[in-house]
Amino acid sequence: MATQEEITRLEEKARQLRRHIIRMTGAAGSGHPGGSLSAADIVAALYFHFLCLDPARPDWPDRDRFVLSKGHAAPVLYAALAERGYFPVDELLTLRRLGSRLQGHPDMKHLPGVEMSTGSLGQGLAAANGMALAGRLDGRDYRVYALLGDGEIQEGMIWEAAMAAAHYKLDHVTAFLDHNGFQIDGPTRQVMSPEPVADKWRAFGWDVQVIDGHDMAAILQAVEKARAVTGRPQMIVAETVKGKGCSFMENQVGWHGVAPKPDEVERALAELA
Amino acid sequence: MKKVATREAYGEALLELGRENPDVVVLDADLAKSTKTFDFGKHFPERFFDMGIAEQNMIGTAAGLAAAGKIPFCSSFAIFATGRAFEQVRNSVAYPHLNVKIAASHAGVTVGEDGGSHQSVEDIALMRVLPGMTVFVPADAVETRAAVRAAAGMNGPVYIRLGRPGVPVLHEQSLDFKPGRAIKLRDGGDAAIFATGIMVSMALEAAEILTGEGIGVRVLDMHTIKPLDEAAVLQAAKETGAIVTAEEHSIIGGLGGAVAETVCASHPVPVYRVGLSDVFGESGKPAELLERFGLTPARLVTAVQEVLKQKAAL
Repeated sequence: MATQEEITRLEEKARQLRRHIIRMTGAAGSGHPGGSLSAADIVAALYFHFLCLDPARPDWPDRDRFVLSKGHAAPVLYAALAERGYFPVDELLTLRRLGSRLQGHPDMKHLPGVEMSTGSLGQGLAAANGMALAGRLDGRDYRVYALLGDGEIQEGMIWEAAMAAAHYKLDHVTAFLDHNGFQIDGPTRQVMSPEPVADKWRAFGWDVQVIDGHDMAAILQAVEKARAVTGRPQMIVAETVKGKGCSFMENQVGWHGVAPKPDEVERALAELA
Repeated sequence: MKKVATREAYGEALLELGRENPDVVVLDADLAKSTKTFDFGKHFPERFFDMGIAEQNMIGTAAGLAAAGKIPFCSSFAIFATGRAFEQVRNSVAYPHLNVKIAASHAGVTVGEDGGSHQSVEDIALMRVLPGMTVFVPADAVETRAAVRAAAGMNGPVYIRLGRPGVPVLHEQSLDFKPGRAIKLRDGGDAAIFATGIMVSMALEAAEILTGEGIGVRVLDMHTIKPLDEAAVLQAAKETGAIVTAEEHSIIGGLGGAVAETVCASHPVPVYRVGLSDVFGESGKPAELLERFGLTPARLVTAVQEVLKQKAAL
């Protein structure tokens, strides 16, 4: 069990990621704050507690991998990579600019620390599976984490990958579902319901936990439990709030892909101070 | 002349690679017996992954394997590997320039009886348009082995187009295969035929017939569509002034398109494209279909005569 001190440290990291998300998308004038904010606690737990990484050696073969399958949440990934020391924090403000390594969606070819180029939804989980298969072949013990969106799992390929991960008993794959309930066109239950999500993943042969995706202690505990599972991939369904941390963005579908204006940046940063 | 299907040669080359390089892994989508990856799976079961009837996931998984240092070869029918999974090839493989090899069989109309739904006549175009993608279309078994080995030896995505039926073995085992370098099989000064895949042996037959009529025809084996051997194309344009292209593929976007683009940009001469004229295939025996769609030596002879008329009229 993590100490209260560690939990507090990680909660502050998550707040720091959220502040970066607001500043970055504000500076860029575009981007996806809502789904980045909903995933900030999960990403903070992974990058500052679990992932075994060496930012000085981004290609270290034994490193753990994180695949952001919902690639539009790039701001939260970039914030975590910068905070872990992959590149200067100042560079975050170049998000989406011409010539920046911080492309609108993650580009592994140009930015160290990005494990897979994603953004076209539904493709990250298959790549995570491939990394896990390679690790098994090479006798390496690294783990592969993937973060999926609840709108994203409408893509058929996700279920192809879900089937394959269970078939090949990829117990080094741990996926999170950022279950914030919204996609561009509205609430997922209205657009194209993926429910009941936990039952679907269970039916596909995964170990499934359902947690509060903003409760740091619960996230830590769930990952610890997942890591102990053998013979099956694990899905952690994280119940989250889109736009979490900025009162005016929370559960507002309009904030899926719209950046905050300068006054909104100020308001949000004040709430996240 | 001895006939061997390029897919057969692929299966053998994979086995060879499997023995030499432990990083070579193979993925298939429930067609291992047809694509000939089956033997690799028998010999190296731990490095063979049948992904079931899920081509998109096969390509995505291969991307992950490549990102972790493996050299994955993915096989299915050309229509599924390049069509069904196009966007996965585009975004998970080509965009990050990952080391994934897509070796697809049953390309073109010689699939035969299965019909138009299974006959890929657009795969060269689909793969050629992707930045950084190398595209090989071997003409025979020897060239297939060379292409597979070259693909494994280069870093980045490669598409290898393979066929179902037996095709004449044209090349010696000592073949000097260089990616992106056309092989001149016959020289001639009146016209040039740029052929790829199964059309190469037909181009040679056509050239033989035309020589009997006093027409000298250069024949180039275009085993690599991308990067295109532009030097060979421009040299032929300058020296013969009349070009015919031949492919078991749509005349839009494939070898014919690539050659025409190059010629138009630098040294315009008449280019006559032989292939499927913006139509789908259909059921029939492979030989019947080749006849039906004008993929024959006789058709190439008339194409050369046609392009020579255009040249004369200039």
